[in-house]
Amino acid sequence: MAGPKPPWTVKFEINVFLLVVTFFGLLTRLYRIQFPRAVVFDEVYYGQFVSLYMKQVFFVDESGPPFGHMILALGGFLGGFDGNFVWNRIGAEYSSNVPVWSLRVIPALSGALCVPLGYLLIQELGFSYITALIAALLLLLENSLIVQSRFMLLESILIFFMLLAIVSYLRFCKAPRGSTVRWLWLVLSGTSSACAIGVKYMGLFTYLLLLGLAVHHVWDLIGDKTLHLAVVVKQTVTQVMALLVLPVVLYLAFFYAHLNILHNSGPHDQMMSSAFQASLEGGLSRITKGQPLEVAYGSQVTLRTISNKPAPCWLHSHKENYPVRYENGHGSSHQQQVTCYPFKDVNNWWIIKDPARTSLVISSPPRPVRHGDIVQLVHGITARFLNTHDVAAPMSPHHQEVSCYVDFNVSMPMQNLWKVEIVNRDSDGETWKTILSEVRLVHVNTSSVLKLSGFLLPDWGFRQMEVVTDKVYKGYQQTAVWNVEEHRYGRSEEQKERELELNTPTEIDITSNLSFISRFLELQWRMLSIKVEESEHKYSSSPAEWITMDTNIAYWLHPSTNAQIHLIGNFVTWTLANIALVIYSLLFLVHLLRRRRKIQDISEESWRQIVESGAVCVGGWAVNYLPFFTMGKTLFLYHYLPALTFQILLIPIVLDHIHSHILRSHSQRRAFRAVILAVLCAVFVAYYSMSPFTYGHVEMTPDQLAKLRWKDSWDILLRKR
Amino acid sequence: MEENACEAALAPHYQQDQYGFGVRKRKGGKAVTTDSNDTFGSAQQPSNGTSTSTSTHGLNQKACWQPPRAEGYQSVCTLLLVTVLSFATRFYKLMEPDHVCWDETHFGKMANWYINRTFFLDVHPPLGKMLIGLSGYLTGYNGSFPFTKPGDKFEEHHYGGMRGMCAAFGAGLPVLAYLTVVEVSGSTSAALITAALLIFDTGYITLSQYILLDPILMFFIMAAVFCTIKFYSYTHRPFTTPWCVWLVLMGVSLAGCVSVKFLGVFVVLLVGLNTAAELWELLGDNTLSLTEVYKHVLARVCGLILLPLFLYLTIFTVHLNILNKSGPSDGFFSSSFQSRLLGNSLHNASMPEYLAYGSTVTLKNHGVQGYLHSHSHSYPEGVGALQQQVTTYPHKDVNNLWLVKRAEDDPDALSDLIRHGDVIQLEHIETTRNLHSHVMEAPLTRKHQQVTGYGANGIGDDNDFWVVEVYGGQKGDLVKTIRSKIRFVHKNTGCVLFSSGEQLPKWAWEQGEVTCNPHDKDTPSFHWNIEDHSNPKLPNISLEVLKPSFLEILVESHIVMFKTNNGMKPKEDEVTSQPWQWPINYQGIGFSGTNETDYRVYFLGNPVLWGLNLACLGVYLLMVVFAAAGLHRGCIMDAKRHGHACVLTGGGGMLFLGWLLHYLPFYAMGRILYYHHYYPAMLFNIMLTGITLDCLLQNVDLLVKPPYADWALRGGQGLLAVVILYSFYLFHPLSYGMQGPRAHEEGSPMYNLNWMESWEF
Repeated sequence: MAGPKPPWTVKFEINVFLLVVTFFGLLTRLYRIQFPRAVVFDEVYYGQFVSLYMKQVFFVDESGPPFGHMILALGGFLGGFDGNFVWNRIGAEYSSNVPVWSLRVIPALSGALCVPLGYLLIQELGFSYITALIAALLLLLENSLIVQSRFMLLESILIFFMLLAIVSYLRFCKAPRGSTVRWLWLVLSGTSSACAIGVKYMGLFTYLLLLGLAVHHVWDLIGDKTLHLAVVVKQTVTQVMALLVLPVVLYLAFFYAHLNILHNSGPHDQMMSSAFQASLEGGLSRITKGQPLEVAYGSQVTLRTISNKPAPCWLHSHKENYPVRYENGHGSSHQQQVTCYPFKDVNNWWIIKDPARTSLVISSPPRPVRHGDIVQLVHGITARFLNTHDVAAPMSPHHQEVSCYVDFNVSMPMQNLWKVEIVNRDSDGETWKTILSEVRLVHVNTSSVLKLSGFLLPDWGFRQMEVVTDKVYKGYQQTAVWNVEEHRYGRSEEQKERELELNTPTEIDITSNLSFISRFLELQWRMLSIKVEESEHKYSSSPAEWITMDTNIAYWLHPSTNAQIHLIGNFVTWTLANIALVIYSLLFLVHLLRRRRKIQDISEESWRQIVESGAVCVGGWAVNYLPFFTMGKTLFLYHYLPALTFQILLIPIVLDHIHSHILRSHSQRRAFRAVILAVLCAVFVAYYSMSPFTYGHVEMTPDQLAKLRWKDSWDILLRKR
Repeated sequence: MEENACEAALAPHYQQDQYGFGVRKRKGGKAVTTDSNDTFGSAQQPSNGTSTSTSTHGLNQKACWQPPRAEGYQSVCTLLLVTVLSFATRFYKLMEPDHVCWDETHFGKMANWYINRTFFLDVHPPLGKMLIGLSGYLTGYNGSFPFTKPGDKFEEHHYGGMRGMCAAFGAGLPVLAYLTVVEVSGSTSAALITAALLIFDTGYITLSQYILLDPILMFFIMAAVFCTIKFYSYTHRPFTTPWCVWLVLMGVSLAGCVSVKFLGVFVVLLVGLNTAAELWELLGDNTLSLTEVYKHVLARVCGLILLPLFLYLTIFTVHLNILNKSGPSDGFFSSSFQSRLLGNSLHNASMPEYLAYGSTVTLKNHGVQGYLHSHSHSYPEGVGALQQQVTTYPHKDVNNLWLVKRAEDDPDALSDLIRHGDVIQLEHIETTRNLHSHVMEAPLTRKHQQVTGYGANGIGDDNDFWVVEVYGGQKGDLVKTIRSKIRFVHKNTGCVLFSSGEQLPKWAWEQGEVTCNPHDKDTPSFHWNIEDHSNPKLPNISLEVLKPSFLEILVESHIVMFKTNNGMKPKEDEVTSQPWQWPINYQGIGFSGTNETDYRVYFLGNPVLWGLNLACLGVYLLMVVFAAAGLHRGCIMDAKRHGHACVLTGGGGMLFLGWLLHYLPFYAMGRILYYHHYYPAMLFNIMLTGITLDCLLQNVDLLVKPPYADWALRGGQGLLAVVILYSFYLFHPLSYGMQGPRAHEEGSPMYNLNWMESWEF
């Protein structure tokens, strides 16, 4: 009867359960998301970056890679946000130009899709649709996940990509060999791993878990003697490409997009090197465009430190002298102060002079300064020579004082010769280049190195930064490396003319082209090396408090009533998840030991299923939770949510195992099903009771608030009337 | 299966008799097939190549083919050679320089304290320092040299004994490494490579020549590894005498590791993991009854847990009994602990029994080591109110003294004695300011209130009032000196005086933060006790201070040690050593001298050998992946190849794990790190290098045909020897002292050897 199928048929299956849970996921996450129309918790933090994206202004955020910010910015872009909003206070009303709905909808959608992904994950692990349904239900009714999804925050997006990566990898493993769809799953898995890492560094943990699964999979392939070696090699190489190479490429792509979108200079320019700044529009590039490239004798330059600690600054001098005696009693040379000044100033200009000649202007042709040359540095406005001598520096007495030489006729000779050492040179004869060269200035007489001590001078030094020379110079220290930022060839012989020249901005220019890779490396390194000051936040908590939900975070409080939003989880689900973890560990241990003694309680197939689901769920929980114990940074309850998601998925697995392997008789099973039903009802009740804190739509009386404070350690806000 | 591709890759034209030829030649015509060595008596030795390929499942190390080993006088001779060379390199120029070098200033001081029986606090357990002290004592050192700072001349003091003992421990390393590698790989040449790499490494020589804990620690680590390997070689003869002896020795060396430095726990972890794996094998062996398995478990619990624990406790007991005099760091310990120490003000103390108005006291915190302290410096701008700092400070100081005063508005206080619930003021004696708190953020713990010194001449405001509460007491209870735990509740705001345990920045000389904590919990950081107490109006009585039990002393000294250790954070702006710098030999440590005229010793591993070790680590990983994959897939290999694959995955794997365990944890450590922390890990790397290079050279016949292969093997070994010796010749002045111009100047003996800009010799 059945003839050959026409070649272009599509077989379509609809899993109604999946549709239903997705629908409810969307409902719980998207319900009135534009309420409250005010800045909620960390929106104040992410919002500023969204605004900067809208204005295409460069910024550095040390908290994570740029992909997450980009996704949030996409929402703003789609909603037509112009970026004009001051993100400075939690609870501030949004102005009418902020498209609240579209800013919040992407995280909400990701959060909603986590529910069907949970369903799929359980199914991929080989459990029945009922088990999968329970998993979806638990995720659906988890208040903390809902709260975190409903605002412009990153965790729901992160969890979405994590689950997607795992689900698609499991799909890949289970799919029959040889089908093309299979490779698509693999690629999807690699892509979503990269996205997860791109949203937050935390995604790295799940990625490592995934790699662990992949290594195990490949190891099995190697041991499978029915496969030809070529097949094994091919499979291995493909997985390496999809799971190692692809994520790296995508990660770079995120940065590529980030750097290309943000091409305007902005508030964080100063954190980057001069060369990097020159690659941004406006800011430094406006000033330095078309500067002469090679520093020559007679060049007028500003010298900036490479170090950003405590702040980026320029070598500076001014009319004032060091006080004859400091507060601590020791004396100084009383010569002109040399400091490092974190603002642009005409006093930052220095002239490079050839010790052998008296001329302060550029000769024609210009004679470039090379590595190893000896120069003098003349301060532009005061025309004094940069000098150092064996006098203790004001704040760090074990270093030498640096001054601009004033001859007091007190048998203190001028020592003003400096050797230029280009640190990042390729060859020894290299010339000193504007912006690109990093140089060290070594004092000829004392062979000490000009550097920033890191201390601030007191009032007599206008709280500018102290500059010293250091005799015991070790290795490479950022504080001792300088580069020429602004540069022009000096033309004026007369001091008066020269002052005028120094006061006019530089105009001529060249562009310095940094490759993408070097910009990426610099940005990434800067992001990783910024030390955030460890400050305790009112709602910060320690990892040990998370597991029992001893802590909460107040996200928002209505300006006039007691309506409020908190990050509080579903207490029943959290307890269940903890119990499930304990039961699973015990079960696993018992089975493991008994199987070792060749006692088979369960079939090989269900054992493998247990191991696999443990690797995913317990593993996912452990890799996303335990590392926080070693982290020094300020932590919040929301850091636990990825771990929690995996832990919740363990509940139905344990229930399924008890139901099908431990309970023997029919009546027991029936009773157990009734218990499960009751527990699910309890979960719903808990969800419903906590929902005022989740959606923040109910004006509550103090009595109601007190009733909802299930744990004494929760910090519930109460507006005093 | 038939067309298995790795067969072609791993087992080419190599026949059993050819192999026999190779080995027979090496062993001087000895028979190869029988293994008369006792240790490997029943190690299964497959008769030919094909049989091994079938036994891939459940392969453990012992089931593998083992190459025969040099026996009798030959092995004794090599061992002797290694021993002699190793002692010679370590003892050569041992007495130079004749001044204190680097950390000798610490450990020398500690030896003094042992000899003088003065109590002190250190972050390391006592065994290493006790051995140093003992060796000094036995060789006639009387503990009178102050070891004030590096560079001090020893002059007539006998320091040789202490250095000699450390050097002897250090000289044991190559010997143990040699024996271990012989046991792991069965190859004398691998063991010789390892021993040579260790003997001629300038870093290990330098580290062994001074009064330091590291040679002792590394000796015990090596001993533990060696005993473990030896113990496993008796797996097939459990509960025999040698089996028991090695088990006990293993336990003893583990105790040694942990009792010298806490870094020794990594080797405990290594041994633990190996033991767990071994027990797992035994559990899976269904020929053993469960009772027998339990017996195995019990034996290991006794040998590897109880015995080391017992030894550790014994060593601690000795330590605490030797040091019975008061010393410089008493203040870090609780009042009751201090009462044990002769010469401490609390030893047989006599002071007023109950706290009264007008008493001058010091207050000691229970959670943090330190006394309530203040000094005439204000909190800096931006940190709360600009009032006088109040901190905790662990050392005894006049600034710890506080005067207890009656608060004017407290009518209930009738008598002179203070009772639970009374309101008092505490006036800082030196600056006459009152202990004060107000609703301002504390400097670090932002959730708490700031505590300051406020007022002048003892007159402040009503924020200076504190309610005294005796822990577990009721209203009306008297406050006992030392024995009462008390809390100070701020009268106006209800918060409790608290020591947060955070370290304040430089502006407060890195002392401990004191706050007023609004969240009252039952933790020791809220509790204070009165330690020194004087009151002219009250009679002094001899206090029967509760003598702490041994367990309490033990627990307390450990708590203090760990707290101090965690407090060793790098200071601001300090250039510290990073773990990634270590394997590439990025920066050494100057042991002695900086100037041209000084006798300079620079502690740095032999750069050539370290480069080789690092490269071999990579080569090893590559080789082991292929070897493991080959074994897993059941590729057909001949006996020798199979043996090498087994060595790489079995013993090599254990050594690699050892390297990981001794290296990776440093990345997670917050405390200040030094270059020499890498040396225990390097031991494992060096042993691995021996095995890797030997495997590489032995398998050169994969590339070239037999007669040339043998030549290549000999050539490779010769080249290696030349490289090791020549690099040692080049760099030996690093250890044995350099004089004259520094290396970047022409005319220096080390000219042109300054390969990295970060080296400073």
